[in-house]
Amino acid sequence: MLAINLRLGAFAAALALLAATSSGAFAQKKYDTGATDTEIKIGNIMPYSGPASAYGVIGKTEEAYFRKINAEGGINGRKINFISYDDTYSPPKTVEQARKLVESDEVLLIFNPLGTPPNTAIQKYLNSKKVPQLFVATGATKWNDPKDFPWTMGWQPNYQSESRIYAKYILKNKPDAKIAVLYQNDDYGKDYLKGFKDGLGDKAASMIVIEESYEVSEPTIDSHIVKMKATGADVFFNITTPKFAAQAIKKNQEIGWKPLHFLNGVSSSIGSVIKPAGFENSQGIISSNYLKDPTDIEWKNDAGMKAWNEFLDKYYPEANRADIFVMYGYTVAQGLEHVLRASGDNLTRANVMKQAASIKDLELGGLLPGIKVNTSATDFAPISQVQLMRLKGETWERFGEILSDDVGG
Amino acid sequence: MSAAEEVVTEAPAVEAVPKRAMTLGVGTSLVVLAALVIAPLFVKNFIIFQMTMLLIYGLAVLALNILTGGSGQFSLGQSAFYAVGAYTSAILMEHVGMNYALTLPIAGIICFGFGFLFGQPALRLSGVYLALATFALATAMPQLLKLGYFEHWTGGVQGLVVTKPDAPFGLPMGQDMWLYYFTLVITIGIYVASVNLLRSRSGRAFMAIRDNEIAASAMGVDVALYKTLAFGVSAGITGVAGGLGAIAVQFVAPDGYTITLAISLFLGMVVGGVGWLPGSIVGSAFIIFVPNIAESISKGLSGAVFGVLLFLVIFLVPHGARQVAIVAQQMLGKLKKH
Repeated sequence: MLAINLRLGAFAAALALLAATSSGAFAQKKYDTGATDTEIKIGNIMPYSGPASAYGVIGKTEEAYFRKINAEGGINGRKINFISYDDTYSPPKTVEQARKLVESDEVLLIFNPLGTPPNTAIQKYLNSKKVPQLFVATGATKWNDPKDFPWTMGWQPNYQSESRIYAKYILKNKPDAKIAVLYQNDDYGKDYLKGFKDGLGDKAASMIVIEESYEVSEPTIDSHIVKMKATGADVFFNITTPKFAAQAIKKNQEIGWKPLHFLNGVSSSIGSVIKPAGFENSQGIISSNYLKDPTDIEWKNDAGMKAWNEFLDKYYPEANRADIFVMYGYTVAQGLEHVLRASGDNLTRANVMKQAASIKDLELGGLLPGIKVNTSATDFAPISQVQLMRLKGETWERFGEILSDDVGG
Repeated sequence: MSAAEEVVTEAPAVEAVPKRAMTLGVGTSLVVLAALVIAPLFVKNFIIFQMTMLLIYGLAVLALNILTGGSGQFSLGQSAFYAVGAYTSAILMEHVGMNYALTLPIAGIICFGFGFLFGQPALRLSGVYLALATFALATAMPQLLKLGYFEHWTGGVQGLVVTKPDAPFGLPMGQDMWLYYFTLVITIGIYVASVNLLRSRSGRAFMAIRDNEIAASAMGVDVALYKTLAFGVSAGITGVAGGLGAIAVQFVAPDGYTITLAISLFLGMVVGGVGWLPGSIVGSAFIIFVPNIAESISKGLSGAVFGVLLFLVIFLVPHGARQVAIVAQQMLGKLKKH
């Protein structure tokens, strides 16, 4: 057994040497597992069922987008074979599915797997196998760590960057603020809170007068709002998911608490938060975004939005167009398309990572005007810009410049 | 008769299984064992990993089988014991730097203690009420693991990454294959011990309690002691399974040990046949592979497809794999006569 292994090893080494020395001569086409002349296999893991199944729509949108690419001739003549599995948001299942994709389906890379715990579960495995874990679907800050995890790359602006931007705004425009923070008691809420405190620096302790947390299982957060009002705070940082965000806005109005209201970008959707909470209750709220909100009338005649609508008409007609995750899936799939096109005929895993790490000022139809995708060998946070916006009438009015604040993992 | 009375006076939900019917014959056992030993030599690493998970969940189902099939107590809280075992192993390996093999008995002992203590108040409850009490334990566990006080040790919501062990003594096999054989040895050990336990004096006491508590205590069985003992043993085995699971998956996080896991294990036990220990592995295969099959049939409706498959199994073979095994045995017997 040992002898055979040794002999095989020597043979493989000889082959590798041969490949290395001869690659200069005919370097036109190079492939790793998962790529051929006719096909590129992409793996993906999504919670199609279970507690986080609302995100499953991202996977469905991506699948539809790759159908569109294939219908239009593929990427450099190669069809995308998109294999997406359900992990029910359970990390042990994610590991099983990731191993199935890599070892059984033999995909070139794993694209946009969703959730912080599931991605943490497979990060070490994929890095040891040298399989790209590209554009992970989580806002946690730790994915931008090319030194320790050169095969893992984030995608969206991370939570900490965003809340540091709010902190900077408060320090500049309302330095004597008394701040109340409400956050969801999980990784997402705590990440936001940490970024916010870091942004305020040593003034955090004196400026934040109350930190309230709620569990996602609570039916209502009304009592927290009442408690926060009692502290006399004049700034409210609202780190909540859409359902709770709408409740908070409504309750503020009901009890007559009118602080300067910062709402995290996670809940900035007009369709699922502002409209249910009431436009009249939401005037003056400050938030930020990097995607175009499909329910915002500002984009009615926008070219990027038109292309998105045409794509949905043809390839995913049953999609809920008020759902920001449909826009998210569309945009990140375009990001992958860009990387694969840039990789040309050199479809090795190393080259895909190299191309993913050399995106320069890429603009996509779903991103706000002025926001660009940028990466480098030391910057694995593709989108790190957001723009502040204030609700006015029935739409967000963006103000100030495009802001960026890169935080590494 | 009111509904409440009906529950109380109804025949026990767990059917009395004679202890000889709880195991496999020697010949069959050897065939299964040979298959388990040889199979990994011919398959990919990914399949070996799945087989390892099969054994691990098999152990957890076996543990539940001892509790329900042996002593007649229900539990929907096995995921909590599994989580405690997993976290014990992970914390000892990553924070204390202990050898992975040594963490398993510790995980087992801690879970035994935990289960034994939980069994004390649970004694006052029986049937569906006990199931509800354990259900509470299972729903509480993921949140307890997220608590700030323990975050330094548990890693909070982010969980803990565990290093996978290499094969020792320079054995020429990969990590997956080594871990599989390591798990197989432990599984066989625990299986044999469980069979012996059920055949022993304690096992007879368990079954006496299962069949009729009053008669058992009249015969001198210490009902309280043996009920808690059954809980402790079941929790201890589940803890070892949890520890193995943490090593195989290389990661622990609260989201991995939700009530869904407890229900899966319960499902595995019913599908494998309540009280039939070899069925545990069949039940484990059901909970690992059938969701994958359901997903390949329809992505959007995987839950519904799974439900239909489960319904078919329960409808066609209500006693699970045990029933299939008995029918197969009878058919073989007929063939021999001819």
